[in-house]
Amino acid sequence: MSKSAKAIAFLALAVACTGGAFAGERAGLGRPALPEELKAWDIDVRPDGQGLPDGKGSVSDGEALFQTKCSSCHGEFGEGAGRWPVLAGGKDSLTSDRPEKTIGSFWPYTSTVYDYIHRAMPFGDAQSLKPDEVYALTAYLMNLNDLVPGDFVLSRGNFPKDLPNEKNFYDDDRETTEKTFWNNDPCMSNCKDKVEVTGHAAILDVTPDDQKDNKDEKPAGAVE
Amino acid sequence: MSDAPTISRRRVLNLGLAGAGAAAMAPTLASAQTPDPLIVERQEWTQYLGDGVNAKPYGVPSKFEKDVVRREVEWLTASRQSSVSFTPLHALDGVITPNGLCFVRHHGGEAEIDPDKHRFMINGMVDKPLVFTMEDIRRMPGRVNRVYFLECAANSGMEWRGSQLNGCQFTHGMIHNVVYTGVPLKAFLNEAGVSAKGKWVLAEGADASAMTRSIPLEKAMDDCLVAWAMNGEALRPEQGYPLRLVVPGWEGNMWIKWLRRVEVGDQPWAQREETSKYTDLLADGRSRQHTFLMDAKSVVTNPSPQSPLKSKGPNVLSGVAWSGRGAIKRVDVSLDGGKNWRTARIEGPTFPRAMARFYVDFDWNGQELMLQSRAMDDSGYVQPTKNELRKFRGTNSIYHNNGIQTWLVRPDGSAENVEVS
Repeated sequence: MSKSAKAIAFLALAVACTGGAFAGERAGLGRPALPEELKAWDIDVRPDGQGLPDGKGSVSDGEALFQTKCSSCHGEFGEGAGRWPVLAGGKDSLTSDRPEKTIGSFWPYTSTVYDYIHRAMPFGDAQSLKPDEVYALTAYLMNLNDLVPGDFVLSRGNFPKDLPNEKNFYDDDRETTEKTFWNNDPCMSNCKDKVEVTGHAAILDVTPDDQKDNKDEKPAGAVE
Repeated sequence: MSDAPTISRRRVLNLGLAGAGAAAMAPTLASAQTPDPLIVERQEWTQYLGDGVNAKPYGVPSKFEKDVVRREVEWLTASRQSSVSFTPLHALDGVITPNGLCFVRHHGGEAEIDPDKHRFMINGMVDKPLVFTMEDIRRMPGRVNRVYFLECAANSGMEWRGSQLNGCQFTHGMIHNVVYTGVPLKAFLNEAGVSAKGKWVLAEGADASAMTRSIPLEKAMDDCLVAWAMNGEALRPEQGYPLRLVVPGWEGNMWIKWLRRVEVGDQPWAQREETSKYTDLLADGRSRQHTFLMDAKSVVTNPSPQSPLKSKGPNVLSGVAWSGRGAIKRVDVSLDGGKNWRTARIEGPTFPRAMARFYVDFDWNGQELMLQSRAMDDSGYVQPTKNELRKFRGTNSIYHNNGIQTWLVRPDGSAENVEVS
């Protein structure tokens, strides 16, 4: 290559660099996604049903599957084994001292049940369930939450949108309801008449200690 | 006492605390009666050769720092694969969290991904759905370095009902603050061409929880990053190696690790992590959703329950503050449970949506203290007390507890997590 040809090539490269992404144009990286690839990864389901595959499943099929694949953690009736999540019950508990937030008592949309089971359950064997199995498990969980009768068959055609608690969610409104927290002149002196200690973490004593025998009462990781 | 002149000089620096009239004690090592053997006797590290330069191809902290580690609270969760560990804030200083100490939150365990086998897809309401390799991603124009805090939405969540865990590692340690290297998400969205109808994106991880969150397109096009490095090196596996989403100022759950897909749509997807989880139940039984932003917050890291005061006399109170709404403008500190406040010294870099470090140099005469810190950001937001938050939210909202923390420091120097009136 002659010197002048090299200079022209270099100039062309420089133009490509400055004229590309910096002008907001495409860099030309990546390659088109194929339909099979989109189908494999794009499994999300929205409340309006977008993303639901063809298929169907009954409450009774769901019950059989649930006992095999789910009940060891979630209990035979979705009541939760040990510390694992409770999936059914808790109706009218959301204003109580200890709310029980289940699919029936708390979740807003049926689509989330389908999507999440398909996406991430069973815990440790995710994305192993076929569409009919996910429909059946969703139907069974709806039945456990008294939302459908025992002979119900769930499909894309009759997939319900809202669950009972849907109307009780609303978008973040902190800037309006908590606007008192914006204050350019917070109190600096004599802000309270007195200060009393009203609660102690040490009395509760649930912090990990450095020693299992509990002789060392210092919290774990204490600087010696 | 022999060093009375020193004490009176320090009085100039005294904070004028309640009880300041009590006699201050002599500081440690102010004088010695016998020569210090650590000085007058030859020590082995002075006499013998140490390790060569090849002993640790990847260095680790001194063995004397072995207690500075992430810790878990076993009773918090049912499984370690969907659980959390805590950053040892009480043992750190400055503003950058070391990579190996950044708290960890998984929902399906730590995915181990060969970067050559990682793919990143953009799809949905775009002109042309695309697939990128890590090699493609590193070739993208417009690479940036940005410092941001990442705080779990549930940080301090165990404290809604009252003081529970004894140490800022446990009460405030679901946070880290590092330098990310990556490319704006906007560049990838532009590469695929977002439809005019696009309003939201869904980000998805490649791990066994296939974590998904809906993010407004406006945020995605503003400051979100697709990042592959933290603090100058590749992401740690537990932080999403080889690729994670950075969502500045917003709750940690949205910072999808092992990022494999971003889909464009015209409405949110109402996924499990934005319906069942990461919604905030209020006292009236209704729930806030899409509470993305992490409000201004701070904590005194030293002294604290894991880092007691050891000596009377001069001491350094230290802590960290941050806000998802912008930069930290000011931090006030109280030593009497919020009766009186003074403004702390912010030291070091303060970036928007990043952690700031503050100090108050003070004399301690052995009196009981009730330490608090109160952050203010450049939006004018002032960190509220826990009781003020509870007035609006009750005690069952789990997430977004940015209430003021109180440490009770006793005359023996020990500190405890307490609630005050």
